[in-house]
Amino acid sequence: MSDFNLFAGTEGYIASSELRDAVNVSVSLERPLLIRGEPGTGKTLLAKAIAEALQMPFISWHVKSTTKAQEGLYVYDTVQRLNDSRFGDGDVSNIEHYIKLGPLGTSFEAPERVVLLIDEIDKADMEFPNDLLHELDEMSFYIRETDRTVTAKQRPVVVITSNAEKELPDAFLRRCIFHYIDFPDEALMRQIVDVHFPKIQDELLSQILMKFYWVREQPEVRKKPSTSELIDWIGALKRAGMDAAALQGAFPFLGVLLKKEADLQGIQKKVS
Amino acid sequence: MFVNFFYHLRGRGLDVSVTEFLTLLEALNKGHAHESLDHFYSLARAILVKKPEYYDLYDLAFAEFFQDAVVDWSKFQDGLPDELNEWLQDPKAMRQLTPEELAKLEAMDFDELMRQFEERLKEQKERHDGGNRWIGTGGTSPFGHGGANPAGIRVGGPGGGRSAVQVAQNRRFRNLRTDLTLDVRQFGVALRKLRVLTKDGREEVLDLDETIDQTAKNCGDIEIVMKQPRKNEVKLLLLADVGGSMTPYSHLTSLLFSAAHQASHFKQFKSYYFHNCPYDVLYSDMSRRKGEKTEDVLKNIDRTWRCIIMGDAAMAPYELMESGGSIDMFYINKDPGIVWLKRIAEKVPRTIWLNPDPIKYWNSYFTVRVISSLFDMFPLTVEGLDDAVRELRMKPI
Repeated sequence: MSDFNLFAGTEGYIASSELRDAVNVSVSLERPLLIRGEPGTGKTLLAKAIAEALQMPFISWHVKSTTKAQEGLYVYDTVQRLNDSRFGDGDVSNIEHYIKLGPLGTSFEAPERVVLLIDEIDKADMEFPNDLLHELDEMSFYIRETDRTVTAKQRPVVVITSNAEKELPDAFLRRCIFHYIDFPDEALMRQIVDVHFPKIQDELLSQILMKFYWVREQPEVRKKPSTSELIDWIGALKRAGMDAAALQGAFPFLGVLLKKEADLQGIQKKVS
Repeated sequence: MFVNFFYHLRGRGLDVSVTEFLTLLEALNKGHAHESLDHFYSLARAILVKKPEYYDLYDLAFAEFFQDAVVDWSKFQDGLPDELNEWLQDPKAMRQLTPEELAKLEAMDFDELMRQFEERLKEQKERHDGGNRWIGTGGTSPFGHGGANPAGIRVGGPGGGRSAVQVAQNRRFRNLRTDLTLDVRQFGVALRKLRVLTKDGREEVLDLDETIDQTAKNCGDIEIVMKQPRKNEVKLLLLADVGGSMTPYSHLTSLLFSAAHQASHFKQFKSYYFHNCPYDVLYSDMSRRKGEKTEDVLKNIDRTWRCIIMGDAAMAPYELMESGGSIDMFYINKDPGIVWLKRIAEKVPRTIWLNPDPIKYWNSYFTVRVISSLFDMFPLTVEGLDDAVRELRMKPI
């Protein structure tokens, strides 16, 4: 228990105790940590916070709909090699020069333990997680062109985020440590706001949070405002010099919280 | 004790695997629980439960195991006691009511109904047929099925009186969920096979083989050859029955719909709902409020489309064969359902029918026999869907 650093959140990132447990177990058992949660609950930020807290380098891999698993391992740049052979640049006989490691490959080859973020894994093709099963299990892969096996010097801390757009395969889920970031309750939200606006008045914050949670509870709001929208909203209110008295009975800058036209109109009608 | 915990969770419906359990033991060995139940709670959850949908189930099971909390599982898992449910599946014939009798059955409001339903469920201990108070079949009590109360709650079984406010047959849904043979992913994988690639558009993709050939012939001077990209030509129309008898399968229907919507590889995709049989209107929402004329839908598609109809095809013969046979009371269809089905079959020759009912029941319905003579019918299972997709893909027109 003493031979690894404990993650306890950072100054800029407040983590619930359950999330801390999940992170710590994933770091210590060297298994990928899969994070799900509403947009804006800080899934991506978590990986950066882990890197900062554990003082490890940070590598991120943003997955898009066209991303292939192979790209994360390595790419053999044949076109560059062909080009070099034609114009006589570089050493064409050494294929190794043209093997470019992807984020996963880089994190394996790194001399020290790193934090690897695989962001929005559900964006990619359905087979994408399955294609990475072996590599994440063994933390090694084989480069056919140079007959070399890349094995992780230190198993990286792998953090994977998902918005649940697609269901992930069972075999993949079974290998992960899973945590669902619930929407923060008021007490935790106060801590989070405190990080961004340390000097905010208590009375004002109570008013703001009351209004914020009220908006989230309205059934007609289709896209519920998240933490990041709350932070933006408080920023706007502060810049406009609002205090608790001014906020009484008013609902300024609603557009910062609600991004859908229909939501905005619905709430405005309710408020007035 | 920990092995007991493992079986306890599995017994409560959490699909925990042995490897996951061993991972938990490994974590405990390393001291992650800090000898505290709070930490053990979050630790076990992070390792054993992989979907937030199951968090609630885990909480209940955990509380029951560690705090001897009394959890009323019948509430969460069973919905209805077994015997009650079994007998409701097998109703007595419906009793005919005179108009005066019908008038006497005042329509209660829904909340009142739910409250009484729960109360009566608690009081009732045995099977009950007929009568006007207990939950049973063939009676005039607002609870049960096959009955004739205009604002009743239907409990299991097919809806004879057709006026049930809500179908409280959760039990059957739960069964579907636990031994679910299909999920969105499996639907998605099957639908992905539904592609017919054709060359399309300008030459904008590198033809690697041809480039290598030409470059070699050119003594190593690079000669780039481009080719046309291949695109999926499949245009899909999806029609789904969301009628009463399909209620137990509504989960499956929604799975197929979400898989089809997620699949981005179709050239064009349209989906509509209908009630028991398609007539002159197809609906774009499940509650069947917004609709489009079937005529217009058919106008906008052509022979190159493919169509999947999903439904149990089980209905009263008049619903299929007679004009005005629609089950919806406020809706009179001019042409019988069979005519509309024939129109679809003519317009889109590559139409298949997916039936969620087990094959052994198919022959017992007159309407299923008629409809399966019009369309190739496949069971809604992994293999059935695969076969259906192959048929859709290969069938010549």
